[in-house]
Amino acid sequence: MSRAEGRPVGTALLLFLAACGLALAASVAGAQSDGDASSKRFTEALATAPERARARQNPMERDPDAVAAGGKLFEQHCAECHGQKANGTRRGPSLLGKAMQQAPPGAIFWVLTNGVVRHGMPVWSKLPEPERWQIVAFLKSFQLPAERKDADSGTSSDGAPARGAAQDNASGPSVSSQQQNE
Amino acid sequence: MDWRTFFARLLDASHLHLRWALLLVALLLFSVCPAHAQESPYIVTYDHFLEEPGSLEVEYYSTFGTQRGGPDFHAFWAELEYGVKAWWTTEVYLDGQTTFDQSTLFTGYRWENRIRPLAHEHWINPVIYIEYEHTKASDKILKEVEGHDVEADYAVPNAIANREQDNELEMKLLLSGQVKGWNIAFNPLFTKNLSPSEPWEFGYALGASRPLALQARAEHCNWCPENFIVGVEMYGGLGDARSLGLNQTSHYLAPVAAWNLPSGWTLRLSPGFGLNDTSHQFLLRWGLSREFSGFGEMMRRMFGGSR
Repeated sequence: MSRAEGRPVGTALLLFLAACGLALAASVAGAQSDGDASSKRFTEALATAPERARARQNPMERDPDAVAAGGKLFEQHCAECHGQKANGTRRGPSLLGKAMQQAPPGAIFWVLTNGVVRHGMPVWSKLPEPERWQIVAFLKSFQLPAERKDADSGTSSDGAPARGAAQDNASGPSVSSQQQNE
Repeated sequence: MDWRTFFARLLDASHLHLRWALLLVALLLFSVCPAHAQESPYIVTYDHFLEEPGSLEVEYYSTFGTQRGGPDFHAFWAELEYGVKAWWTTEVYLDGQTTFDQSTLFTGYRWENRIRPLAHEHWINPVIYIEYEHTKASDKILKEVEGHDVEADYAVPNAIANREQDNELEMKLLLSGQVKGWNIAFNPLFTKNLSPSEPWEFGYALGASRPLALQARAEHCNWCPENFIVGVEMYGGLGDARSLGLNQTSHYLAPVAAWNLPSGWTLRLSPGFGLNDTSHQFLLRWGLSREFSGFGEMMRRMFGGSR
């Protein structure tokens, strides 16, 4: 290869790497995204799940160990950003809000699989599909206060049997009224 | 070489690298909160998964290689891998090697960036990989095999090989996807030595891996099958721009295994076998890594980033 051929590519790549260095420094010194914005983006991501994905049912729903296994996986992979009690940290939004709890399992699975890459949440498709569904089962085990009240009396707010008791054993946190307002 | 000599040399080499071990321990102690990793077992091949943003992964790897026409060697490297964004991971490598009966050397550093251009997950997910390498010709970590790299290149005595300084830019297109619990990855490789007289060199790596179980158990356990990921990778050179092809190239096939411990540690093991006469007959690789979350937060606090 001639001298003239070799140089432009090398120079361009070196410039690219220098730009990466500057961007890295800026990122380390830069500001954190605020909690409200990340919560909003998460809600938007749930809403943008394609219809086919939203319609998917959780195949682990009837597995009695799914919530506990999902809780373990949540603790290992998600809690560092979303908090041990899923109530959010500076790095990730609370997952106890109404939007999350009312989202179909398929939409949550879709967000988990695809992440919200441009806004900080990585893709989690490296976890096998059954494990992602276990996490969805865990997240859906949280109860809004109205549901919890109904669960105590044996019915859900729509009159159907409540899902509460078994999930309480899996130590899933309940949603406080403050968190609902997110 | 028999197995007894092999392990004696391995232990001897480990002793010599006490400084590396101390450096690693210092970094681990310095760091923050360990995070559970779900790391792939590959040592050469890359999948499309990047480091979680704000997390730092500290890794140590060794490669023991048999060498015809010269003494065997133990090459080792440390990696610091940081998730800058969910779509961008940057990584620094420090390389070294011991050639038995010769010397132990620091052989250079590398700076790697991996960038994910697509926002969503697809059947095949591309990631752009760009690395700058500032290494001596004595570098033997074999993190990739490219161009006409062959076993005989590594028989050059340290005293001579260490005089040659290489500055290279390496690009890879990381293509990877998940199918029924399997990860399938293919990485074509393009390298340019920054010396104008050197041609572009080409290579490849491909791999497949799968956890032993796709469903997690409810209890915390070290030995749960979902903590183990096994697979195989294959890598080699494809010649250069002047002579593209398989002539005078080396190729390896290597089973790989990773054990992701709930404590946050990952152990990797990979025996590699040369596939032709110009390859090393045997490479034994192993690695130890730990991921720490919150490293970015700590750095921001240290350097006064706004809250």
